[in-house]
Amino acid sequence: MMGRVNVSKSLKKWYLVTATAIAAVLLTLPAASFAAKNAKPIKIGVPGAHTGDLASYGLPTVKATELVIKAKNEAGGINGQMIQLLTEDDACKPEMAVNAATKLVTSGAQAIIGHICSGATNAALGVYKDAKLVVISPSATNPPLTQSGDNPNFFRTIASDDAQARLQVDFALDKLGVKKVAVIHDKGDYGKGLAEFAKTFLEASPGVTVTIFEGVTPGAVDYSAVVQKIKQSKAEAVIFGGYHPEASKIVTQMRRRGMKIPFISDDGVKDDTFIKVAGKYAEGVYATGPKDTSTNPLTIKAIADHKQFYGEDPGAFFLNAYAAAQAMVNAIEKAGSTDYDKLIHALRNEAVETPLGNIKFDEKGDAIGIGFSIYQVQKGVYVEME
Amino acid sequence: MRKFFTLAEMKKSLLMAVWFIFLTFPIMVVRVNPIYKVVEWRWQNLVLVGVSAFFLSFLWRYFLAYKKPAPAKSPLETSARKGKLSELQRHPAARRAGIFLAATLAVAFPYIFSTYQVNIMTTALIYVVLGLGLNIVVGLAGLLDLGYVAFYAVGAYSYALLNFHFGLSFWVCLPIGAAMAALFGIILGFPVLRLRGDYLAIVTLGFGEIIRLVLENWNEFSKGPSGIAGIPRPGIVGVEMSLNTSSIFLYFLMIGLALLTILVVTRLRNSRIGRAWIALREDEIACQAMGVDKTKTKLTAFALGATWAGMGGVIFAAKTTFINPASFTFLESAIILSIVVLGGMGSIIGVIASAFILILLPEYLRAFSEYRMLIFGAVLVIMMVFRPQGLISNVRQTYRFKGLQEENKEGDIK
Amino acid sequence: MEYFLELFLGGLTRGSIYALIALGYTMVYGIIELINFAHGEIYMIGAFTALIVASVLNIMGFGPITILILAMVLAVVYSCAYGFTMEKIAYKPLRHSTRLAPLISAIGMSIFFQNYVLLAQTSDFLPFPSLLPELEFLEPYAFIIRSSEVFIILTTLVVMVLLTLLIKFTRIGKAMRATAQDRTMAMLVGVDVNRVISTTFIIGSSMAAIGGVLIASHIGQINFYIGFIAGIKAFTAAVLGGIGSIPGAVLGSLVLGWTESFATGYISSDYEDVFAFGFLVLILIFRPAGLLGKTTTQKV
Repeated sequence: MMGRVNVSKSLKKWYLVTATAIAAVLLTLPAASFAAKNAKPIKIGVPGAHTGDLASYGLPTVKATELVIKAKNEAGGINGQMIQLLTEDDACKPEMAVNAATKLVTSGAQAIIGHICSGATNAALGVYKDAKLVVISPSATNPPLTQSGDNPNFFRTIASDDAQARLQVDFALDKLGVKKVAVIHDKGDYGKGLAEFAKTFLEASPGVTVTIFEGVTPGAVDYSAVVQKIKQSKAEAVIFGGYHPEASKIVTQMRRRGMKIPFISDDGVKDDTFIKVAGKYAEGVYATGPKDTSTNPLTIKAIADHKQFYGEDPGAFFLNAYAAAQAMVNAIEKAGSTDYDKLIHALRNEAVETPLGNIKFDEKGDAIGIGFSIYQVQKGVYVEME
Repeated sequence: MRKFFTLAEMKKSLLMAVWFIFLTFPIMVVRVNPIYKVVEWRWQNLVLVGVSAFFLSFLWRYFLAYKKPAPAKSPLETSARKGKLSELQRHPAARRAGIFLAATLAVAFPYIFSTYQVNIMTTALIYVVLGLGLNIVVGLAGLLDLGYVAFYAVGAYSYALLNFHFGLSFWVCLPIGAAMAALFGIILGFPVLRLRGDYLAIVTLGFGEIIRLVLENWNEFSKGPSGIAGIPRPGIVGVEMSLNTSSIFLYFLMIGLALLTILVVTRLRNSRIGRAWIALREDEIACQAMGVDKTKTKLTAFALGATWAGMGGVIFAAKTTFINPASFTFLESAIILSIVVLGGMGSIIGVIASAFILILLPEYLRAFSEYRMLIFGAVLVIMMVFRPQGLISNVRQTYRFKGLQEENKEGDIK
Repeated sequence: MEYFLELFLGGLTRGSIYALIALGYTMVYGIIELINFAHGEIYMIGAFTALIVASVLNIMGFGPITILILAMVLAVVYSCAYGFTMEKIAYKPLRHSTRLAPLISAIGMSIFFQNYVLLAQTSDFLPFPSLLPELEFLEPYAFIIRSSEVFIILTTLVVMVLLTLLIKFTRIGKAMRATAQDRTMAMLVGVDVNRVISTTFIIGSSMAAIGGVLIASHIGQINFYIGFIAGIKAFTAAVLGGIGSIPGAVLGSLVLGWTESFATGYISSDYEDVFAFGFLVLILIFRPAGLLGKTTTQKV
């Protein structure tokens, strides 16, 4: 900040600087406008939760897209056109997502990597559909997004909830050989959706009973009543849909009360924080999560780039977002433009190498070649099961 | 006025600074990560807290002393001590000019600014309607409602569900949503008729939570937490609208609804029932003694207040095209209540102004979005401390008896 | 029968947790008729302070007993300091205002404190060390009741008895009752009302802090939002029991705890909170002043 005394002095300086700047701009204007005509940047919008308590799920997507775009721009852009990033916060709220989407559309975004939460994505998709923009989400797992067939412009690089539930159920029935399962969820968008699929799949299997199907209130002071109920129901395993804070409370209470039945959960729990919070009680817990691709050279490179560029380990959905951005860039390149139909055609037909493997999209918009595996906590780390 | 930079004042501020350094030390300076067993010491925050506490405490005492000479003792006195803004409000020429300016701006707005701006303006207008609706219950009738968002949810879900199951259009659902909300207002009103102030507050809060929980848990009915998608935007029969035109259409629709709300609420306030509400707010017992039907008055307040929330909800559902229970939390009720209180309870212009401030400011201050809720909380406290009557305090209708001078002649003042 | 007993004990624990927070609510309300919405946040700040102190001491290598005592003491000290400051800033200037003003101010304080901790600390859940020692003799019954639950229930009992004694038999207690009955009159007979109100906030906050440490150590994790959720429930419990009444707060909390526990156990946990709030509405319809609240006749 300048002091009050130098105001006049600094003002003079200011004029000088401005004058020079204007002169410089005027001189270079013809050249600049000529260059701009050739390489009008392609704008990619990245909406998601960038503030608030869900920011930790949204920000890695911005970073992943930044890295992909930076690499592409350094290699000369898409057919000579540079790519520009537009970020917009939706705090995972449907009403804010609609605002963010219209803002992106009005500022000229030509393709979208995002929304992070299923609810926000659902709300924003209408806006994009009207504006004929293609959307790839790295993390919206709600099955109807693709399966309803309402959203031809929507693609995702993450497996949907029903695939995850299928895997959990198959694992519980075939590998663990249980016949009575308690299904618990956190009443949330993600957790309850997942639990409902698990319940449907369990009930469809012969000889299997769902002993209880109940939701717990996130943040409640105590879950002992639910835990007693699980015990009373004589369940042989628990499938839980939700995030790690509730999972660790339930597991802790179960183990402390001497219940040793298997606890199977989702990728909201396949998080190292869960192991740290639940401590010794986390041991033996199963969780589904994206297939381990840590040996893939592209994954190693993406993570190394992230560390070099941002100085820390990447966060949630980073690889999914990286793959989404790569798929989008590849499709724009192959389609030769951001034309809606051509882009969709390219996404469905042109496979691309990503950290998640060689992927393209099916008719509905789900990625082919992305799967889930079961992990188990063994000696304080998640280990992929066969 | 006292002097503010004396040694004694400095000492006071210094003491404050030390106190706040002590107070915020563990939370602001130390940050532990119990997972990795790392402690981070952020000494720079200590300096920050000290310096800002030192200066803010000056400001605090200055404004508090400034406020002291005329403490607001009762609502009657408050309105007697009119602010400049409320003075202006009564000036006919200024009023006409203001209305003309606002009208021009409102009509020109969607053609000057982008769809995005139109969209957030529509959101702000929805909150204007919500604020005015809650103003009936809290501002006029003095019934503290902490679950107002429930009626908003009822409106939104009425449209979403009726459209989903029976394909009813927006125009059919708008009155239905309003009626449903009014019905729920009465359902809530009945059990709480006997309750006073704070008991009423907790029961309405509970009611709001119950509605949200039912929407969350009863999948067969409301599709649960994953919400309802693909709700159509309003249109005119036979006209295909692009996103842009439909936003503008919704904007004008909302302007219309806001005007209607303003008109109706103004008329209501000066009507027989409106006066009954105000009387009820001021003194329940005196009000009953004057022969006002308490039951009817309270129920109409709940029902009429809820009606606007219902309409707001229908438009909200149409605007976002997707709703889920997460949009209807207690925080939303708190925000609407803040709009009413911040604007000045019972004051219509005040409520409109504060709705714009509270909803638009965060949108334009996206750079500060992390601090948004922190500032929001602080603003509520500061407003209450320094201006409990709100931004633009309500001007009580006053009547002058023309015949008063000739009282002696007429011999009758009533 | 065993199932019933387990649910009963679960409800008892839950109720005791609510009671520790509800006592503070009810005290403040009893004296100045203010719903201190930010009370839950004081509880959260107490828990956070304890976590910070415990972690720092743990890294410095202190023993578990020292850690427990220091964490508890500092949590109480800081919660009291926050409660005291909050009263001076947000409520004292509003003494002569309309009834709604302090309530809005309290909601503002609550939002402010939540975001203050969110920004200054973290939005993530943090593991809270289990500070309470495990009681050896309870080990065989650990599947029914845990040591930390015993601690919580006993503390609630002790705190309730101490508070009742304080209010009934001490000088300050007398002053509190006088202030509650008629503030102006109390002032006239020489009670320092401001001091009484400050003391009330300090006592209420210290109970919230004790609750914060015990409950966090029982649950094993905290984040900035725990105060709000627990606060709403405790507030409901206080109203259920008759706000302003000390035994009422405890009874209301226990009733609420059992309602939730049995509703979960015999019906479904999906509607746990619906039952809790529904029950509250029912009670208030038949007893508008709560279970143990005095029905004050309004005088004109």
